Amino acid sequence: MPLTLPAALRELGKRRINRVPSPVLAWSVPWLLVMIGSLSPLLPLIASAPVVPPMGFLFLIAWLQLRPGLFPVWAGLPLGLFDDLFSGQPFGSAVLIWSIAVIVVDFVETRFPWRGFAQDWLLAAAAFAGCLLGGLVLANMAGGSSGVLTIVPQLIVSIFAYPLAARLVGALDRFRLIPIREL
Amino acid sequence: MAPPANRRPTYSRRAQYGTFIRYVVAFAGLFAGVLLLIVSLGDGASFAGMRGAASDVVAPAGQVSAKSRAETRGLLATIGGFFTYGSRVARMEQELDAARVALAEAEALRRENAQLKDLVKLSQVDPRALVVTRLIGSTGSSTRRFATLGAGAQQGVRPGMPVRSPAGLVGRVLETAQSSARVLLITDSESIVPVRRARDGVAATAIGKGDGTIQLKLIAQGINPLKPGDAIVTSGSGGLFWPDTAFAVVASLTPDGAIARPLSDPGSTNYVEVQPVWIETAIPGAIPAEPAPSGGK
Repeated sequence: MPLTLPAALRELGKRRINRVPSPVLAWSVPWLLVMIGSLSPLLPLIASAPVVPPMGFLFLIAWLQLRPGLFPVWAGLPLGLFDDLFSGQPFGSAVLIWSIAVIVVDFVETRFPWRGFAQDWLLAAAAFAGCLLGGLVLANMAGGSSGVLTIVPQLIVSIFAYPLAARLVGALDRFRLIPIREL
Repeated sequence: MAPPANRRPTYSRRAQYGTFIRYVVAFAGLFAGVLLLIVSLGDGASFAGMRGAASDVVAPAGQVSAKSRAETRGLLATIGGFFTYGSRVARMEQELDAARVALAEAEALRRENAQLKDLVKLSQVDPRALVVTRLIGSTGSSTRRFATLGAGAQQGVRPGMPVRSPAGLVGRVLETAQSSARVLLITDSESIVPVRRARDGVAATAIGKGDGTIQLKLIAQGINPLKPGDAIVTSGSGGLFWPDTAFAVVASLTPDGAIARPLSDPGSTNYVEVQPVWIETAIPGAIPAEPAPSGGK
């Protein structure tokens, strides 16, 4: 089922002649969505076990695969820095893991430019496994001592949440490219 | 597909350098992450100021979301209540009769207890709540278990203070910002709490497992006296946590102790209270029986 935009928003983009997308909107929406995802520790849910998928990372991977080249290859640095402020992981872990992820996705993109959604999903699943495992190792280095099994439920939730995140990213991609600025 | 041999998108030198510099910055970001990690692993409090400022900024949003959490739960409970109204009234009337009897007995016991305490000159100091506030967030996607508290240094919250809900101990304050504070939950794998069995005082240490349960390690080695269903309370030894705070219930046994479930589910508590640190205020000048529990930086 394709997501349809609300009527008011559809009207917004109806008049296309002599109009272009707003550069502010087109540029800021992807960054804002990833940062809002990083704020997931503020969700009305106090978890006593790690069950919430890393939302910021989820959105980042979805944007990278939907629009290759939209995020610069250094995007892991600022976005990871913001995520570290709230995630509870040792400071710098998201900077490291997200930087690696963006570089790896960029590498895969040059090697396999044409992928279906199944391959996207597979790559995303590998990225989540790497992210959660790396986060676990770094958290344990900082004084924790959780077993590998702790992250298994979270990994499963993350993998199944990816198609939803990709849907949301797709809808917001259409939203950010609505031609609303008059030339 | 192999990547194209010529990675230059254009003949423009400027564009080529731009692409190159983007990769340089990307790998610089990777190494910046490594450096930040080395600093923060060396000293966990090194970025506390930045984290605190950030959580102060988003605290109002967290307050709203914490309120909606409570209201959603309340709404569902109200709807559920309509369907079980009659049977609950009948059951409550029965319980009320039983409770009246128990209350009378308890009153007698209280008097007797006070007399006995006077006899041995024992003064009981009850912990007074320093601040009553909400938990406004938790690190649900990290393997570390931290929660954010809606009160900070301005309200008198200091690192080390125990945090409890009506159901039991929640954790202790780890670092404070102006109007928010970070709480180390008892299920975190770095949290160590001295506890004992409520019935007879079998001493143990409780270490979080990071997955919502707690590992109890008995202090005295030998035959494991714990049974599933035993109630565990804090012992207060070593200071910090007030004694006899409800803590956990034994779920299953292990060779050197047990796995326990915490009594306070931080997700379903509306308000938590921050208590002063136990030794400092309760028995001024007392010497702790054993070194303070380690853990947390």
